[in-house]
Amino acid sequence: MAILSLAIKSLLNRRFTASLVLISIALSVALLLGVERLRVESRNSFANTISGTDLIVGARSGSINLLLYSVFRIGDATNNISWKSYRHFANNKMVKWSIPISLGDSHRGYRVMGTSEDYFRYYRYSKHRQLEFLKGKPFEQVYQAVLGHEVAEKLGYSVGQEIIIAHGAGKTSFSMHKDKPFTVSGILAATGTPLDRTVHVSLQGIEAIHKGWIQGRKVPGLNISAERASRSDLTPNSITAFMLGLKSRIATFGLQREINEYPGEPLQAILPGITLQQLWDMMAVAENALLMVTGLVVLIGLVGMLTVMLAGLNERRREMAILRSVGARPMHILLLITGESLLLCLLGIAAGLVLLYTGLFITQPYIETLWGLYLSIGLPTEREWGLMGLIGLTGLVVGLVPGYRAYRYSLADGMSIRI
Amino acid sequence: MTETAISVNDLRYRWRKGHADVLDIPSWKVAKGEHIFIRGASGSGKSTLLALLAGVLLPQQGDIQILDKYVNRLSASQRDHFRADHIGFVFQLFNLIPYLSVIENVILPCRFSRFRKSKVNACGRSLEQEAIRLLNHLDMAGDKLLHRPVTELSVGQQQRVATARALIGSPEIVIADEPTSALDSEMREAFIELLFQECRESGSTLLFVSHDRQLESLFRHHIPLEELNRLEQETA
Repeated sequence: MAILSLAIKSLLNRRFTASLVLISIALSVALLLGVERLRVESRNSFANTISGTDLIVGARSGSINLLLYSVFRIGDATNNISWKSYRHFANNKMVKWSIPISLGDSHRGYRVMGTSEDYFRYYRYSKHRQLEFLKGKPFEQVYQAVLGHEVAEKLGYSVGQEIIIAHGAGKTSFSMHKDKPFTVSGILAATGTPLDRTVHVSLQGIEAIHKGWIQGRKVPGLNISAERASRSDLTPNSITAFMLGLKSRIATFGLQREINEYPGEPLQAILPGITLQQLWDMMAVAENALLMVTGLVVLIGLVGMLTVMLAGLNERRREMAILRSVGARPMHILLLITGESLLLCLLGIAAGLVLLYTGLFITQPYIETLWGLYLSIGLPTEREWGLMGLIGLTGLVVGLVPGYRAYRYSLADGMSIRI
Repeated sequence: MTETAISVNDLRYRWRKGHADVLDIPSWKVAKGEHIFIRGASGSGKSTLLALLAGVLLPQQGDIQILDKYVNRLSASQRDHFRADHIGFVFQLFNLIPYLSVIENVILPCRFSRFRKSKVNACGRSLEQEAIRLLNHLDMAGDKLLHRPVTELSVGQQQRVATARALIGSPEIVIADEPTSALDSEMREAFIELLFQECRESGSTLLFVSHDRQLESLFRHHIPLEELNRLEQETA
């Protein structure tokens, strides 16, 4: 106890240098933990977005690309697939349910997804949770829309309100489907997935607003009224992708092969779990590199501490001699100097944690809007405690260097005071 | 017959093997409660003698008995303990730990020696009360002084704080190594008088080491180091 209180007072006496060291350690610890937090949270958020879907089918491209645009609303489809192919596989005897997806339009930066009522019935996220309605009900008519939680929240929409859908997926679009407004029929409860940022409409709705459009452009002079469009045949020619739930999971690989070898058009079927794993494998290299760099930053912080402690040691030989004369043993001197380093390091870790959580609270909404990544702010995970323990241990080892030097000094100097 | 505080027998010390001896003291005794002035020029082995008595150095030959312990036969950590329990030190200059307050500096020995702490507590006083009592005796108890950082005290004030530290818990032996060399000549005598008074009160044996002949007259017992040290006599 005597040594601890001495170490604290000695650090307080050098509070300027000590706090500089502390800040550098705190920043590096916050960086390391922040990177780790982002890594884990992004993985969780991805893994929680889809559950219970056996196969996702789209035009032939990269499997990761297909997963990203169909489930996570990241990137765009390279090609569409025909309605005929969709019906062909939706009617397969192994298939229990199917959800068609049609992407390409947006509303004030939020993506619009055309789908069927089955989406609300069969889609599952985060360990088999079904979609729930906060207000209202699924779309029943052509010009009705169901909003994700965030869309309604951020834009202040309520059930019954009219919205205009823009052509294209950008945040600002110059071509609007102004003539065919949609009415909000329902708002979904928050899911913490990209679903919250999606506007859901029926496939027929998507088809109707594009009546009078050819190749993604409005045909000038050709105005088809909303009413007339809704009465015409609204069976789509093509969709972007579809999801399948099978009666038996054993059939998954068989059906996957069948889809991939479908002679009608080039299709690709993926298993979401496996493709997600491929995505992680791809990202692991970058993640590990990032973790290593931030680990090195922490090490640099600790080396900074080592430098400060070693530089101060020579001036402190007098202090050590005095301590020896009042009864301190060389081991006490070692404990004092090492304890100061350890104390600095532990305080740095604690300050780093404070920084991390402050940062999380401040940036959470921005990260959510910018990247659609919801960071849950919980207590540190086991792995994070482990990382902090490792930093503390490294701090102790680093602190032993000046500690041992001081020990040697105090053995050599004894009580004789050298300046 | 008075009891012996320090007894040195047949002591030889050299810095390294093959070098000449620095100290060679055939026999030397100090009675308990005595105030002794040891005079020696710098380089005469004063510091070495003190380090040997304190148990920081070990003699190559001979015995050092302090109170009833053979210091040289104790282990390193036992010697550290023994020193903490029984010996108080005052050095020449900058005796204080800069980051501790005046009172914290004074009670520092009690943090390393339970024995000295219990001696203070046995008088029914807390460590702080005892520190203030000692500082009071040394004219150092003004509120302003107590709360000043020790680095802002004058040299004379610092030496008095160091003296209070050496005396807390009434160690049997107080060793003062040139404690007055940084003080003005008028302050020196006053300081030594205070030191005497406090040592008498706590019954401590005082070893006062200095090169300053003028101070010799203040002590009843004085001994030049050359007289103790056979080597000096031979070369002289």
